[in-house]
Amino acid sequence: MSAPELLSYRLWVNGHAREVEGGRLEESLLYVLRERLGLTGTKNACEEGECGSCSVLVDGRLECSCTILAASAVGRDIVTLEGLSPGGGATALQLAFVEAGAVQCGFCTPGLVVAVTDLLARVPEPTDDEIREAISGNLCRCTGYGRIVEAVRRAARAQAAGMRTAP
Amino acid sequence: MPVAVPHDLDEVFAALEAEPEAELLAGGTDFMVETNAGRRRPRSVIALRNVGELGGWRRKGGDVVLGAGLTYREMLEPSFATLVPALAQAARTIGSPQVRNAGTLGGNLATASPAGDTLPVLQALGAGISLRRSPQEERLVTVDDLLTGPKHTSLCPGEVITSVRLPASRGMQEFLKVGPRNAMVISVASVTCIVDFASKSVRISLGSVGPFVLRAEAAEALLAERMDWEARRLPAPARDIADVVELVRSAAAPIDDQRSTATYRLHAVGVCAERAIERILRRAA
Amino acid sequence: MIVTKAPPLPRLGKSLRRPDGMAKARGVFKFSSDLDEPGMLWGHLVRSPHPAARIAEIDISPARAMAGAAAVLLAGDVPGRPTYGLNYPDQPVFASDEVRHVGEVVAAVAADHPLTARRAAEAVAVRYEVGEPVTDPEVALRAAPVHPLGNVLAEQRVVRGDVAAEGDVVVEGYYETGMQDQAFLGTEAALAVPDGQGGIDIYVATQWLHIDQDQISASLGVPHDQVRVHLAGVGGSFGAREDLSMQIPLCLLALRTGRAVKMVFGREESFLGHVHRHPARMWYRHSADRSGRLVKVEARILLDGGAYLSSSPAVLSNVACFAAGPYRVPNAFVEATCARTNNPPCGAMRGFGSVQVCVAHEAQMDRLAAALGMDPIELRRRNALRPGDDLVTGQVLEGAVPVIELLEACSSAPLPPERHWETTEPGDLALPGGSGRAAEPLRVRRGVGVALGFKNIMFSCAFDDYSVARCRLEGGRVTITTAAAEVGQGLVTLLHQIAGEVLGTDEVVLAEASTVGIGSAGSTSASRQSVMTGGAVQAACQAVADAVLAATAARVGVPRASLQLAGGRVVSDDGCVDVPVAEAGALCGECFEETVTYQHAATAELDEKGQGDAHVAFVFSAHRAVVDVDVDLGLVKVVEMTTAQDVGRVLNPLQLVGQIEGGTSQGVGFAVMEELIVEHGRVRNPSFTDYAIPTALDMPPVRIAALVQEPQPGLPFGAKGAGEPPAISSTAAVLAAVRDATGVAVNRAPVHPPDIALALAPGTRAGQGDAGVTPS
Ligand SMILES: Cc1cc2nc3c(=O)[nH]c(=O)nc-3n(C[C@H](O)[C@H](O)[C@H](O)COP(=O)(O)OP(=O)(O)OC[C@H]3O[C@@H](n4cnc5c(N)ncnc54)[C@H](O)[C@@H]3O)c2cc1C
Ligand code: FES
Ligand code: FES
Repeated sequence: MSAPELLSYRLWVNGHAREVEGGRLEESLLYVLRERLGLTGTKNACEEGECGSCSVLVDGRLECSCTILAASAVGRDIVTLEGLSPGGGATALQLAFVEAGAVQCGFCTPGLVVAVTDLLARVPEPTDDEIREAISGNLCRCTGYGRIVEAVRRAARAQAAGMRTAP
Repeated sequence: MPVAVPHDLDEVFAALEAEPEAELLAGGTDFMVETNAGRRRPRSVIALRNVGELGGWRRKGGDVVLGAGLTYREMLEPSFATLVPALAQAARTIGSPQVRNAGTLGGNLATASPAGDTLPVLQALGAGISLRRSPQEERLVTVDDLLTGPKHTSLCPGEVITSVRLPASRGMQEFLKVGPRNAMVISVASVTCIVDFASKSVRISLGSVGPFVLRAEAAEALLAERMDWEARRLPAPARDIADVVELVRSAAAPIDDQRSTATYRLHAVGVCAERAIERILRRAA
Repeated sequence: MIVTKAPPLPRLGKSLRRPDGMAKARGVFKFSSDLDEPGMLWGHLVRSPHPAARIAEIDISPARAMAGAAAVLLAGDVPGRPTYGLNYPDQPVFASDEVRHVGEVVAAVAADHPLTARRAAEAVAVRYEVGEPVTDPEVALRAAPVHPLGNVLAEQRVVRGDVAAEGDVVVEGYYETGMQDQAFLGTEAALAVPDGQGGIDIYVATQWLHIDQDQISASLGVPHDQVRVHLAGVGGSFGAREDLSMQIPLCLLALRTGRAVKMVFGREESFLGHVHRHPARMWYRHSADRSGRLVKVEARILLDGGAYLSSSPAVLSNVACFAAGPYRVPNAFVEATCARTNNPPCGAMRGFGSVQVCVAHEAQMDRLAAALGMDPIELRRRNALRPGDDLVTGQVLEGAVPVIELLEACSSAPLPPERHWETTEPGDLALPGGSGRAAEPLRVRRGVGVALGFKNIMFSCAFDDYSVARCRLEGGRVTITTAAAEVGQGLVTLLHQIAGEVLGTDEVVLAEASTVGIGSAGSTSASRQSVMTGGAVQAACQAVADAVLAATAARVGVPRASLQLAGGRVVSDDGCVDVPVAEAGALCGECFEETVTYQHAATAELDEKGQGDAHVAFVFSAHRAVVDVDVDLGLVKVVEMTTAQDVGRVLNPLQLVGQIEGGTSQGVGFAVMEELIVEHGRVRNPSFTDYAIPTALDMPPVRIAALVQEPQPGLPFGAKGAGEPPAISSTAAVLAAVRDATGVAVNRAPVHPPDIALALAPGTRAGQGDAGVTPS
């Protein structure tokens, strides 16, 4: 079998240009983020679009990075979990996940944090139904979702309080 | 470069001419699942996401024209949902928020899964699908022309689905989908029912109960015949609906697979048809 | 509500946050699939597509010739023991002459890119002579052996009292449970790094480091101490990581190539690459007197163990012991068998045998209540085990047996408000089927069901069960070393709390869990780690505290007897000395280190009549489920789960809630959707598309009606493990609620929509018969 053709291209990840060299055509964005760019905060639990653990924001929209062909994502604004807190610290949402007991094995957590960040940006004060529908594409096997929903409620309250007190 | 990311259709056709084997990629929600699993091995890809002409939707006379790149999320926006309610209802059931953000109408058509949820809606609305191979060559087909079998279409190599034209605000619409989970579920049976009191027409399409979406034409005819179109009701609703449902079931050709059984699909498609008709009549009254 | 019969402790009992929580939320925690090593290769396994076949020929040359392929290994390349297994090594590392199930490993490949590795694996040409698989466990008991060791993987009888006794009222039933998968999110993954001197380090997500080490070392033919197994971040386990997955082939690839090799299973491979919950067929006969007192329980239970042994004997022993449920049963006859077939191997999963029998014994109790015209809660109350009672195995229950309290708390909790469906629009997320709009509000019926369950905690049946922990106190800082696997359950938090409790400090560090320099902690299973490794850590810290006390007495020049340990402090009779132990240790200027092995009380094997004190301790649980069912379509929405649990003592309330909610959701999933469908030995749905687990819209809120805290004598802090009970009675409760809502005699987990809809549909089957399955 002949050696596969290797690709070089540039992705725009978390506000930075990242060069991919020697990439293979079939590689998903998930693979490239994790294995080529070292961004292992994005998780790989199914590569079928079913679990949401690989969630990223692409041009501001929530998508599964396993269903994105990496080499086709050139020129798009990709934000991963690592890019949610530019300072590198924890976001209020991440804190809420820990405080509320929403993290067990934590494999689903990064994807959920990205999905909920997207939700709270669109719907600052979601109802429980809205929370559950918004995270219905993020499977969690450990928690039964109770503490996760609680974490989202807390983060929404904190966000609302922050907005009210902001000048 | 084995991956082209064109910005307009002319560039798409140029890329296709240069690379006739190239595979089209839209939202990737089918394409990449197959690729990740090793069932699809593209050697060259044309990504359609940046092609402006394929995006969005617009009114055209009494119709709506949907770009092949229209996403499920866009179908859920109220301005669109009021024009084609059944499509919005179907869109809401597809996958997850992530999948709805990425997945497109064109991809659903080209994948041609018997469980493709937009397909029965498009069929019931008599959608006209535009296919193009070059700036000059355009072909207009119906859903029935396009779908030739499970995951099989009449698309020619290098042919691009560009748009889908549907009537706007046609009649009363109902879409019902049955699956074993309360979210993120592939349909085991679905029914789309459209009753248009203005044109006195009925359309009933069935998903996941055959090799492709099926129209229950005899059922449509019977319902149209029994309907008191002026009074917007059925003279003997219980019996009339039961008779129609009987014909809906006889139009279905379900199979047993890992998701459900043929017997249940047959049963469910009838229940859904009954409910769709009842709901429409309730609203019409 | 917390029912407390235990005095509070300073650190334990508080909701300390997990030490790894923020790293996980920020994505910097390293799971096994996140590891890498410069220049590493990727491994891939070649698996059998057939459930039963002879291997006629294997040609590896096309794979070897592939650019980027570095090694292809077959059975002949295994230097040591050619087989492995948790209980007994009956499973080949690589099949060489025969394959016995779909997914059995035949070869392993390493290459420079995961895609190349996969293609090279596909290029390994195996010529099979396909045989006829044995896929029915009943047939297997009479069929030609699937394996030289025969088709009976395990058998256990329980005979108690007068087996000829008979009550006035008799009910019989047949029940089935399907094959459930653990479906953890983090698929199997590991990185193996050769040390260049014949030894190897493997970083792997596992449940039990030392048993991995034993098996790897045996097959590699490499001395024990040169096989170093390190725990890498684990994305859930639930039993599926107790058996080896890729460990041996991966290490062999690394040793052969002299390079680090990583392997990550995809989701489909994960479904094929680990054991599942045993499917069960259960025939039951209960008889009672007119007042509802149980006279006799008879059961015949057949498990499908699949092709290899795994932990089938222990699962089967649980099935036999707990078959009658948490009830007083004077006479019993239970016959339990686990058959070997050409189906995928089954083994450990949360609940471990108790889940299956709970589905049956609880359905029987409801059936008996109906036959007696008695309230099912009252029937359970009358028969519930009480302190000092004995089980059908003759074992007398010691300590807490709060069955009636749990039942009462659950059944008397307020019910969720009735829905007013008249105003509900189709597509409302509260409706069964959610946004699918198929449910008709006025055709939705509500049902309520209650179930009780119980099981053993820790290893039973004379197993040498222990855990080793080391406590080191230096400069006021505590370092705890154990080989216990944190798999998500929060053991790391508890160990912090326990060490802090004994030594009076929050300055606790947990060393990496590995096989290097520390003995086994046993498996993270059987709800045992809080007790076993918790107990070992407590004992090690206690030994350090004793040493600190002695050193402090010497330092301040007082008699040793004048100092005491109290609440993590060293205090003197006269009150002059009163410092936290850790601080007192620092003041002594010494380093204190103690290594302790913790063991629970010895257990006995069951005899041929199933009698014996086989278990150390038990946990009891109760669930009440409320469901809404669209009766025409058979769509189920679980509205609420209420539970009450026997916990001994709450060590960390937040984590306990997490275990209860998570375990309950696995039970809900098993009740209404989760099933690996195996046809002719082939799994039809090895994907998250078709093996559905509950989403946030399927799993309802969990109401905790009671946590009964009655410290268990003989266990550290009196705490019982809490991982499994939530998964035991939840499934049975949901099925009972579905029966209540629909009137259909649902006798199988999971219940699928056709089982309900077709049983009720006019013109199909009779509405009140057994839905779904009849005995074969
Ligand atoms: C988790 C998950 C859940 C899902 N649930 C559902 C569901 O409930 N119901 C449902 O119907 N589907 C579901 N799907 C399938 C999928 O989302 C849809 O079929 C989607 O519409 C595909 O569109 P896409 O843009 O992602 O297509 P892609 O994956 O990019 O492409 C799919 C196919 O269409 C071809 N193609 C794409 N655009 C064009 C075009 N313009 N002209 C010609 N060919 C084209 C591609 O070459 C490819 O063969 C699900 C998928 C996932 C991953
Ligand atoms: S890994 Fe992408 S959705 Fe599961
Ligand atoms: S915390 Fe383990 S999968 Fe969610």
